[in-house]
Formats: sequence, C-alpha cells, structure tokens
Amino acid sequence: MSNAAALAPSNPTPPPDAGPVVALRDVSISFDGPPVLQDVTFSVAPGETRILLGPAGVGKSVLLKLVIGLLRPQNGSIVLFGEEISRMPEEKLFPLRSRAGIVFQESALFDSLSVRDNVGYQWIQEGAPDEEIDQRVREALSFVGLAETFSLYPPSLSGGMRRRVAIARALIHNPELILYDSPTGGLDPVTSTTIIELIVKQRDVKATPSVLVTHRLQDAFTLCNHRFDPEQDRMVPLPAGQTNANTTFLMLEEGRLIFDGSLDDLLHTDDKFVREFLE
Amino acid sequence: MAINTIDRTAKQIVLTLQEYSLFASRAFLNLFRPPIYWTDFLMQSDIIGVGSVPIVILSGFFTGGVLALQSAATLSEFGATAVTGQFVSLTMIRELGAVLTGIMVAGRNASSMASELGSMVVTEQIDAMRALGVDPMRKLVTPRIFASIAMLLLLTIVSDAFGIVGGAAVTVFLNHQNATQYFHMAYERLHYPDIIQGLVKPLFFGYILGSIGCFYGMRTTGGTEGVGRATISAVVNSSVLIIAVDFLITHVLLSIFPT
Repeated sequence: MSNAAALAPSNPTPPPDAGPVVALRDVSISFDGPPVLQDVTFSVAPGETRILLGPAGVGKSVLLKLVIGLLRPQNGSIVLFGEEISRMPEEKLFPLRSRAGIVFQESALFDSLSVRDNVGYQWIQEGAPDEEIDQRVREALSFVGLAETFSLYPPSLSGGMRRRVAIARALIHNPELILYDSPTGGLDPVTSTTIIELIVKQRDVKATPSVLVTHRLQDAFTLCNHRFDPEQDRMVPLPAGQTNANTTFLMLEEGRLIFDGSLDDLLHTDDKFVREFLE
Repeated sequence: MAINTIDRTAKQIVLTLQEYSLFASRAFLNLFRPPIYWTDFLMQSDIIGVGSVPIVILSGFFTGGVLALQSAATLSEFGATAVTGQFVSLTMIRELGAVLTGIMVAGRNASSMASELGSMVVTEQIDAMRALGVDPMRKLVTPRIFASIAMLLLLTIVSDAFGIVGGAAVTVFLNHQNATQYFHMAYERLHYPDIIQGLVKPLFFGYILGSIGCFYGMRTTGGTEGVGRATISAVVNSSVLIIAVDFLITHVLLSIFPT
C-alpha cells in the first residue's frame, strides 16, 4: 500500500442531486428451470456501497452480471448510468460497461497475458501509447501493493495476488461503479483483510459506488466498521457505535430480495432467515 | 415418451442450427465493420497456417504417393501407367488436397479453438473481456475464422504441390517410370477449371472449421468436462460438414465447369 494517492481523484464527494448509478426494478431471470432471481428491486446511489449477502447458490453472482448487462433478464428493467440496458443491443453495451469495473469470483485474468497486459487491457485495446500504459499499470499495481508483479503471468501468482491484480484491472480506468463478486472467497484471513482494506480504500478515497457480493459476514461488518486513513495509509476502526452511513445491505434468499437496509436494520430485523444467517 | 424425446431433440437441433447461423453470419459481417483486430488475425494466421504446415506436407505427400501406387497398379492392366501423373495431379488439385487439408486442419485447429475459447468461457475470461468493453466476437472469433480461410487456401496449395511430389517419388523410385513424363502429364491435362475447383473449396472449408470451432467453444457450459465435449463436437461436426459441403460444392462446380 505504498502509493495511496496514486488513483485518488480530486473530489471524492458525489453530487448531491445525482440519480442512482444502478437501478433494478422487478428483475427476474431463469435458466431452463425455476427462477434464479424473482422480482428483485434495488438501486445504488452515487457514493454508496451495497453489500449483497446470501448463502451460496441464491443468485448473487447472476445479479452482478445482470447489473452490467452480461446477462439479460426475462422480466423487469435495469438502468445503468441512466440508461435502460435490459433490451439494449450488445454493441451499445460495450461503452457503458467500460465505465464500470468488475472483479470476478475467480479473478478471470487472461492466463496467456502478463499482469501488465491484463491490468492495462482496456488501454491496450484503445491503442494508448506504451509509456502511458506502463505508467498507469504501475500506478494501479502500486495501489493494490503488487508493483513487483508487473512482468509476471497470472499462473505464477497466488490466489490472493490474482484477486488483487483483478482489482487493479477493475480500477485502472477510474470506474464510475465497481462490482466485487466474492472478492475474498477461498482466501485466508490475512489476505482477505488485505482485499477488504483495498475495497475500503477505494470507497473512502474515491467514493466510487459499488456492489459487493459476499457470504462472509466478517468482511461485511469490517467494511461497515472501518474507514481508510490516508495519513496512516491503512484501514482503521471507526469509533465504537459508529458505522459507515454509505454502506448498506441487501440479502437474497432463493432468488428473492428479502432485506434492504442499514447495518443497524440488519442487526435488528425480525426476519427469521436473516436472523439464522447472522447467527 | 419416445415422441417427446424426438420432439425435444429435433427442437434442439433446429435451435443449434439457428444459433450457428446467427453466430457465423455475425462473425462474417464483423470483417467489414471496425474495429478489426489485424494483430490477432496475423497471430492466428501464424498458429493455424505455419503451425499446420508439417502435417499438411506429410499428409499431402503420402496421399499423393498412395494415389500413384494404387493408380499405377490399375492403369498397368490397360497399359496406361503413363497417365499416372495426370491422375495424381487432377485428384489432388480438384478434390483430395482441399478435403484432406480441411480435415487435417479441422482436427488440429477447430479442436484448439473450441478448447481455448471453451476454457475462457468457463473461467469467465470471456465475461471479463465483455465487461472491459471488448467484443469477443470481434476480438476472438472473427480473426480466427478469417485466418482459417486465408491459411487453408495456402495450405491446400502446399498440400497439392506435395501430393504431386509424393506421386512423383513413388512413380520414379518404386514404379521406375520417367519423371519428365510424370510431370508432363500432370501439367498437360490440368486446366483452369480444375484449379478453380481446388481453390474455391478451401474458402468454404476454412469458414466451416473456423466458425464451428469458435461456435462450440463460445457456447461451452459445464466446466472442464464441457470443454472436452465442445472440443469433440467441434472436430466431429466440422469434419462431417466439410465432407458434406464438398459434395455440394463439387456438384455445383461440375455443373458450372463440366468435364
């Protein structure tokens, strides 16, 4: 974390009157069987971080893919950056998607490309000069603490390093929305904390709206109870009783959204499934 | 119960055909709309073309040799071994050079495309590419299909040439005939319609093997087992389709250029 300000914007505060970055309304999808998601409605406001909780197999990853049009819903509408995308042709979706960043569950790095080419993929495709690509990639890799992996290939990286490279790839374009699909899944506690620290850093330094999918409550609570301190260049706990007001929760059960609210609401809900999940 | 199974299978086949038609036509039209990834086209041309040269040379050479052996045995009964060169060159150029090269390259490259793209699908690399604002059809599929077409045309010429050389080797060293006579007959009876027939076919075969390899790769489901299934489907279907389309093209070309 030696380069905290590398990707920092000039003004991390979102405009107060801006509409939602993402808005889903009555979204349903199924794949040759019972519905995976049914009538899901929620939105993500500028600067907001939404933590999507739920046990494995309830459609969390599907929901993330719907948000940026990688999957199409059978019913409902999805508005991304103010544009309805649920029926939008694929060609028109590419420029919209490039404004968002996504970290896939298994990183989804291009195995045959070096870390430099993976992280700078968008810039390379846009034909940016090599010097500029190198500089931006080094900045992004410094942001995730992996500057030394510049010339390596993904198969030679550990699981945690691959996840951090994937975060660097998602952040290099200064996205207006970031989607994290189980970024700490399958990682050890120390590496998980490093990943969560990066997410907190992105949230607090850049105020980038995000949706984070996880089934690890510990990660979710850490996001709520911590802030990034630029002076110390690390994540620090908020004072007792305080939580991050822009970090809120969603919970899925069997394809339905059963909870949408703050950490306080989550801890005091009467919903039986939520209580069982928390316990 | 059986009716239901037949009904489901028939619908599945029609659906696959529809998906393939849309996929192949979209990949084709992409060549005429920017962005065009020329670097990827050149890289694929190297992999498909240069990488396939050894197997094409060997298969062409030995096929020409076998043709010379078999034809000489039959032609000697009529005292017509002198036309061995004509037989080998016409068979290689009009038919076997294109078909054998198509099947050999399909075995090598349709399988490679299906497994490579299939692995990218199951590890979400294709989704990652789409999420990064890059169209996988343009970036991955179109360059592979057009590299297949361009390279199969050149590889077929190589195969034809080595087939004739293989026939010459057998004619001279095993059948102890005159090399000049062999090459004279091989050249003398060769006409432009024969060459056109031989060079039109690889254009279709390249399109078939490239589009089918990419099609099965891009619709892979079911993890690593699914990649295996996609690879098998790509090789089997492209090989069968090459032979079937060869029949149709030959029929059409013979009506245009009657012998």
